[in-house]
Amino acid sequence: MSERHDINLKINGADYAVSVEARRTLVDTIRDNCGLTGTHIGCEHGVCGACTVLVDGEPVRSCLMFAVQAQGREIRTVEGLQQGDRLHPLQEAFMQHHALQCGFCTPGFLMLAVGVLEKHADLSDEELIDVLSSNLCRCTGYENIIKAVRAVAESMKARP
Amino acid sequence: MTGKPTAWIGASVARLEDRPLVTGRGRFADDISFPHQLHMRMVRSAYAHGRLSRIDTSEALAVRGVVAIWTAADIADLPPIDFREGPNETLAPFRQSVLASGHVRYAGEPVAAVFATDPYVAEDAADLVEVVIDELDAVIDAADEPSEFAKGLTTEPTICRQGFGDIADAFKHAAKIVELDLAIGRHSAVPLETRGAIGRYDAARDVLELHGAAKVPHRNRESLSRMLGRSTGGIHLYESHVGGGFGVRGEIYPEDILVLVAAMRLGRPVKWIEDRREHMIAANHSRQQRHRIRAAVDADGRLLGIDDQFYHDQGAYIRTHGTRIADMSCGILPGPYRLPNYRVNGHFRLTNKTPAATYRSPGRYETNFVRERLMDAIAREFGLSRIEIRRRNLIAPEEMPYARPLLALGDEVVLDSGHYEALLDKALARCNWDRLEREVQARRKAGELVGLGVAMYVEKSGLGPIDGVRVHVHPSGEVEVITGGASVGQGFETVVAQVCAEVLGIDYRKIRVVHGQTDRIEYGIGAHATRATVMTANATANAAAAVRAKALDMAAQLLQSSVGDLTIVNGVIGRHDGKGATITLGDTAHHLRPMSSTRGERVPSLSADGWFTTEHMTYPYGVQIAQVKIDQGTGRVDVEKMLIAFDVGRAINPMLVRGQLVGGYAQGLGGALFEEFQYDERGQPLSVTFADYLLPTAGDMPELDVLIAEDAPSPRNPLGIKGAGEGGVAAVGAVIASAVDDALGGGLITQLPITPQALKAIIDQRKAGK
Repeated sequence: MSERHDINLKINGADYAVSVEARRTLVDTIRDNCGLTGTHIGCEHGVCGACTVLVDGEPVRSCLMFAVQAQGREIRTVEGLQQGDRLHPLQEAFMQHHALQCGFCTPGFLMLAVGVLEKHADLSDEELIDVLSSNLCRCTGYENIIKAVRAVAESMKARP
Repeated sequence: MTGKPTAWIGASVARLEDRPLVTGRGRFADDISFPHQLHMRMVRSAYAHGRLSRIDTSEALAVRGVVAIWTAADIADLPPIDFREGPNETLAPFRQSVLASGHVRYAGEPVAAVFATDPYVAEDAADLVEVVIDELDAVIDAADEPSEFAKGLTTEPTICRQGFGDIADAFKHAAKIVELDLAIGRHSAVPLETRGAIGRYDAARDVLELHGAAKVPHRNRESLSRMLGRSTGGIHLYESHVGGGFGVRGEIYPEDILVLVAAMRLGRPVKWIEDRREHMIAANHSRQQRHRIRAAVDADGRLLGIDDQFYHDQGAYIRTHGTRIADMSCGILPGPYRLPNYRVNGHFRLTNKTPAATYRSPGRYETNFVRERLMDAIAREFGLSRIEIRRRNLIAPEEMPYARPLLALGDEVVLDSGHYEALLDKALARCNWDRLEREVQARRKAGELVGLGVAMYVEKSGLGPIDGVRVHVHPSGEVEVITGGASVGQGFETVVAQVCAEVLGIDYRKIRVVHGQTDRIEYGIGAHATRATVMTANATANAAAAVRAKALDMAAQLLQSSVGDLTIVNGVIGRHDGKGATITLGDTAHHLRPMSSTRGERVPSLSADGWFTTEHMTYPYGVQIAQVKIDQGTGRVDVEKMLIAFDVGRAINPMLVRGQLVGGYAQGLGGALFEEFQYDERGQPLSVTFADYLLPTAGDMPELDVLIAEDAPSPRNPLGIKGAGEGGVAAVGAVIASAVDDALGGGLITQLPITPQALKAIIDQRKAGK
């Protein structure tokens, strides 16, 4: 159990050299070894999506992936969304539309939405709700999360 | 200077809380760590009921990194977990011990605690602790005859009895008697963040610290002080971000005691983070009740009396709330209806399941379902519409305040204000009820199973008796509001800042709201019972008014003006007419420093304490209307339309009120259709993951309309506020049941959750019968 592997994780463009057991999950490694606690753990069995991060651009449940599997891949977390003082449009939209209450699920929803919208900004309403149904929120009733993501999707479509 | 003061109260301004939360810089329990901390892992009973015959820790102790393993014998000096309201002799024998000894009474009960240098190691070692339990029969159904809890004690610690009038006489004179047997399933808050607690003992200051606190830090400090035999001065609780509370998080559980005691005895900080499976079997469950209810009704469909026997499934032990939910159920059941005679016996029973306590709208989600099922049944019995039967029984506005000789949360129920029928009319008009009825009928004729539901309810909020707030203006111009209230993610900081901003005359973004820190303010009753906005906001208004008066007094001297000529706009003090010199609040605070030569005889510091006391709770009220469709192939219920009409007296921030109501609706929908903690006949929990305990998702949300009414401000507080926190969830079980039952033709829905299996069976039976 205790055999460790020296790996390098690339998170939000920065390199993190860590030494981890093979069984160590990606989310524990991101949080505890790399100190990026914006990614949260909600269920540890891949249902709630609070731990969603992007791995090579795809939304991934980081509780279901081992850190050693993420070696050499591009990982993005909520801490990487902001550019200097400028928030990502989705972060702005979540605040504007009151799409969060306790905020615990928010990083997961943001990364899920970023990952999807970067590839398909032209989702239909139905597809959008289908995508957002893959994460859980216990506070908002989803209404404003849907509104916020839809607003950003619209503005992305409007842009040439 | 120019301009008028900004009206912050009533404005849907953006939240102060959001920026750290959307940028990944929040600090939830698991984000808190201290150097050299140990990690705790619980060993839990795998059996629902049994004799604990042996625990062997030797193999686990040999694991490298394990520092200690405790069983009950190691903490024999600790008392069981106390009731928040203090000692209660009758209920005391049924409290939960920190670690089980002698018997285990639910699957998930802590029997040992492992302390290790790494959380993975602690979990490995916990698996190696050998626990030998001789299994006993489990009590699963609270409606069964009571059995033995322990020697000389039964599984019915008490019966909660309330009532008034002459119930026998009411039934003697009834034109009709309507009787139902109704059940509400066991479900709970299930916040997205599991529980967490970090204990730290600072020997340098002789202070014991609990981090990851929530809900009621100040009240919990008092309980901990009693349990641990330390002065409250030597215990501090620190609330950070809270990933959803809803009643469950922030109560004192065995794990909270263990991290504190271990931090002292092992000499290192101790961190415990619950995993999801643990949460599903260890954190408070809620809601499970069965009611056998009868109504005596006169010839016109008016209630003469209600007689209710209910069985409250408390689970294995009585936790911090005592019998609160059963008491509340008794007190709140009559709802918005005139009721001359009433008798209720709440059998408060223990079973071999996870202990139960409050979950958002405790005692109301359950009894709203029960009472509104009853009203629908009476309507059917009399051949009246469900709207008409309610109209005939609603309490009229001229009867307010309406006192009932009942208790809820130990407070006499005095409905403070309300125009129930007017809200019903508004709701019916808003959703175009008549048209919906026509559409539903047409679709039914075409073979669809569609239905409309209606539910009316009275909520309660603003539990007193008192709350205090300190407002302090720094010479920088920044204002601190320090409160013993707590935030569970509902927007507490924003709302308190808005009230302070309005009274003080500054921008709400200049205000920093400090909450849940016992070392910043001595008193506080936290965030529960939808009390935060009512109590803390009114206390804030009082403190801000005192600060304002002091600022104007100082400024009048400095500006050579009189207090009556001055006002504060956007943090600047000047004359109402805009003429003459001005001074900022920050500069005024500077003049009030202790060392200031201009201060004169005034008490130093531009700050003040404000208190708000109240005699009774406030009672917001609502109407919910739902339209559902049942899939005849699968039994799945699709909520097509939903309206929540709710009177909050006065909305400080309508956007946040709506957020509370919509979020509450989703939780209520879970309890109505999806969520249930199921057990097998041996008391084994069957719902321990999100794959078998289903939370509503984005795809389950209907077209939802919210009507926020402010027609009946509370006369019990100067701001007229009634709380919104529990108004969304409270009647969802009731309204969904009403709608599904309507789709099926009536009289068939008697329990929650309404599962696809149950509906499919009804539909299939019907087809077979045709």
